[in-house]
Amino acid sequence: MTAIAIGTWRKPSIIPGFGLTFGFLMVYLSLIVLIPIALLILRTTQLSWAEYWAIATNARVVAALRLSFGAALIAAAINTVFGIIVAWVLVRYEFPGRRLADAIVDLPFALPTAVAGIALTAIFAKNGWVGQYTEPLGIKIAYTSIGVVIALTFIGLPFVVRTLQPVIMEIERETEEAAATLGASRRQTVFRVVLPTLVPALLTGFVLALARGIGEYGSVVFIAGNLPYRTEIAPLLIVIRLTEFDYNGATAIATIMLAISFVMFLAINLIQVWARRRFGYV
Amino acid sequence: MSEQTLAPPATMPPVTWRAPTAEVPPVRIVLIGVAVLFIGVFLGFPLLVVFFEAFLNGVGKYFETFADSDTQAAIRLTLLVAALAVPANLIFGISAAWAIAKYDFRGKALLITLIDLPFSVSPVIAGLIYVIMFGAQGYFGDWLKANNIQIIFAIPGIVLATIFVTFPFVARELIPLMEEQGTQDEEAAISLGASGWQTFRRVTLPNVKWGLMYGVLLCNARAMGEFGAVAVVSGHIRGLTNTMPLHIEILYNDYQWVAAFTVASLLALLALITLIVKTLLEWRFSDELANGPR
Amino acid sequence: MTALAQFRRDTDYIEANLSLVAPFVDERLRVKTMNVTVENLVKAFGATPALHGVSLEIASGELIALVGPSGSGKTTLLRLIAGLDFPNSGRVLFGAEDASSKSVQERNVGFVFQNYALFKHMSVFENIAFGLRVRPRATRPSEASIRQRVMTLLDLVQLNGLEKRFPGQLSGGQRQRVAFARALAIEPGVLLLDEPFGALDAKVRKELRRWLREIHDRTGHTTVFVTHDQEEALELADRVVVMSQGRIEQVGSADDIYDNPATPFVFDFIGDSSALPVIVDKGSIALDDRILSIDAKGHADGPATLFFRPNHVRLAGQESGSIVGTVTGSRRHGDIRRLELEVGLARHRCEIDVPADSEVSRNGRVAVKPTDWRLFPRVS
Repeated sequence: MTAIAIGTWRKPSIIPGFGLTFGFLMVYLSLIVLIPIALLILRTTQLSWAEYWAIATNARVVAALRLSFGAALIAAAINTVFGIIVAWVLVRYEFPGRRLADAIVDLPFALPTAVAGIALTAIFAKNGWVGQYTEPLGIKIAYTSIGVVIALTFIGLPFVVRTLQPVIMEIERETEEAAATLGASRRQTVFRVVLPTLVPALLTGFVLALARGIGEYGSVVFIAGNLPYRTEIAPLLIVIRLTEFDYNGATAIATIMLAISFVMFLAINLIQVWARRRFGYV
Repeated sequence: MSEQTLAPPATMPPVTWRAPTAEVPPVRIVLIGVAVLFIGVFLGFPLLVVFFEAFLNGVGKYFETFADSDTQAAIRLTLLVAALAVPANLIFGISAAWAIAKYDFRGKALLITLIDLPFSVSPVIAGLIYVIMFGAQGYFGDWLKANNIQIIFAIPGIVLATIFVTFPFVARELIPLMEEQGTQDEEAAISLGASGWQTFRRVTLPNVKWGLMYGVLLCNARAMGEFGAVAVVSGHIRGLTNTMPLHIEILYNDYQWVAAFTVASLLALLALITLIVKTLLEWRFSDELANGPR
Repeated sequence: MTALAQFRRDTDYIEANLSLVAPFVDERLRVKTMNVTVENLVKAFGATPALHGVSLEIASGELIALVGPSGSGKTTLLRLIAGLDFPNSGRVLFGAEDASSKSVQERNVGFVFQNYALFKHMSVFENIAFGLRVRPRATRPSEASIRQRVMTLLDLVQLNGLEKRFPGQLSGGQRQRVAFARALAIEPGVLLLDEPFGALDAKVRKELRRWLREIHDRTGHTTVFVTHDQEEALELADRVVVMSQGRIEQVGSADDIYDNPATPFVFDFIGDSSALPVIVDKGSIALDDRILSIDAKGHADGPATLFFRPNHVRLAGQESGSIVGTVTGSRRHGDIRRLELEVGLARHRCEIDVPADSEVSRNGRVAVKPTDWRLFPRVS
């Protein structure tokens, strides 16, 4: 009976080691990831709905979530626009320094966020490299929400570019040639044929950058100024609650953010299902 | 194409001719300009600033920073954390890839999603979950205190948080690679009498070694550079629970500007080396792909 | 039965059927087509030559096939006509007009790509309507007439009811027909097809071949199609252009090409043939040390290649001057038996057809005389 059940769950294989590796995988995954996250969510049961609601609608929490979400949204939008151009240029054109530019796109993946944070602050602070020229014009960047957007733009760019590049590479030249033989100008071909085929990848990259931006901490805290209600991001508020030993407050904010991440994740999957069903590709 | 060499073109193509799949040169130049400028301003510039600020007071001052015992302690702790977290995730990544790629079972997609989960969780939350478990008011807080075990605000917590945020790197590099390579090689080896371990060492591992290296590289870069998750669990105790990124924050908040950038430059150097090795590996891969079935 | 007879039978069959299916010319689809002149096109990709000065006249309304092995330059020629590539020298004329300075958009050619190159994110309807929708406002048809035209074309390619589908939801043959309708939508002066059936399986290929001929007869487009399949070319085209290594070897009707191959390449490439290296000396032909009783008057002395079709031989018994070989293989081909022979001292391979009931044993000796043959000087 058991043998049959196993047989239907897993195809038999002559390769040994399934029990060992699968067992280790499940134990490790459970201990490091699943149980701690489950316990975090479980912790909210120590709060009544009214308490939970009070934390969630607390003006400071709402302001922090709004800043995190809004800044991440703007940064992801900026990255989408420039990400198309960067990815297009890197795939389609040959120019000196292309490979260097291509390699450096991954910098935000490799550079520790704290390093990025202090470097961006050094650039945009009042007496910084750029800040010293913008502040006299009345444009404050560091310690404002603009600074948050800039940090999140830095963090998010590779998500858009790396999602788009393989898709642009796969566009068949013949498709563009077909549009040309049908009388479409280059502009029409780009806007009616090329860009629409990139929409699923573009949406995926956008959501990835957005999700990362909402949760980002290290690169933002240096440049944000961290003023409650104004330049305080949601992850920072969690840290502040923890330093106040307000575990419940921290947990409540964290679960709201987890819920947002979950919605994002769902969105990416829906985009891909939709794209596959409609176009037959992702 | 032997008998007759081609005569030189009698007339050059009309100057106005361009491939129907290419943009006009002005558009191309503008696009390249925008892309290079964007990458330069947002990515290249901050990187240069780090090194510039680090050497602001000269090479002598630069190396003075490393004489500081707290800085040395931070570097040692970072190396220690990476030395624990990376092998742990390496072993996990290999067994996860083996279990997922070499067998067919239901629920595989869900399992892969769960392995990727740490990527979509804010690093601060990654720290928080261990505080909730092991902190003073956490689930196991009282028991740990009674047994005099410290996890939060101590090295075990830092290692745990680092393992969490670097959890998927090796696995997600290996799983697609090993799935692509299928199971025929392993089945052949087993049928020739090799043990499971021999099969892995002599057949599977040589096939995935570059992908493995790639994953370890990214895992290590993140492990040494993680800030948010570690900040939550470390307690910022100088000389004891400060990793390099945390030490940068402390120096920065102490207005030790150059020192902060000096430590930062070390991490930036690590990032650069990571990028260079990654790029070299990718070139190598693309060579292999070019010689492949296509 | 020979291959050609088979083609002819197929063609007759198709024509007989066509007269039932499409005896009329569809006036809604009739367009002003034009003749195309290709003059001395030279094209090289970097240092690799692709075309060495190719010239060709294509009459208005003609269905013409470019056939040749891969690398013969046939697709390059098609792309140069379309304006998808530029020649190093030479020019293309549409009617009397030099198209050299015209972009691909201005040439108004219908091009069907080998992999169809459909727009995956557009429905079948939008794919076909694309060429009309991108026209400048002044010449763009109204929404109603776009709709009408698309529906007429869907009718023509027999895809009624599939207009809301996406290319990913169609079979290969259906995609091919969408690509075809899309190219026809812009009322092209010339229709260019690159390996139109290349990506399809054998059965669908045969169906679509007939269908293409039928559409051509109904719409009357000047049509050039590229194929590596000689059978397809001979069966479909009014005229066949045989290409090799960037040159045109021969242009002619299927009969011309098959019965009067102009070059050794054509003799070899089209249909089955055997080739024997011989020496011509004062009007007589020697195969190795044997004089063959074939009259070579008028042929220059020196090394030459003797070509003949397997069915253009008769068994020669003990006659002198015949080609004598050892049977190394025997295959049944419908009503005939095809023998593989090794001929002469150097054991040249050649093939001959004999009646199916002939008694030949492996390693037996057979003597044959070609009844129809061609002699081409051999450049060594």
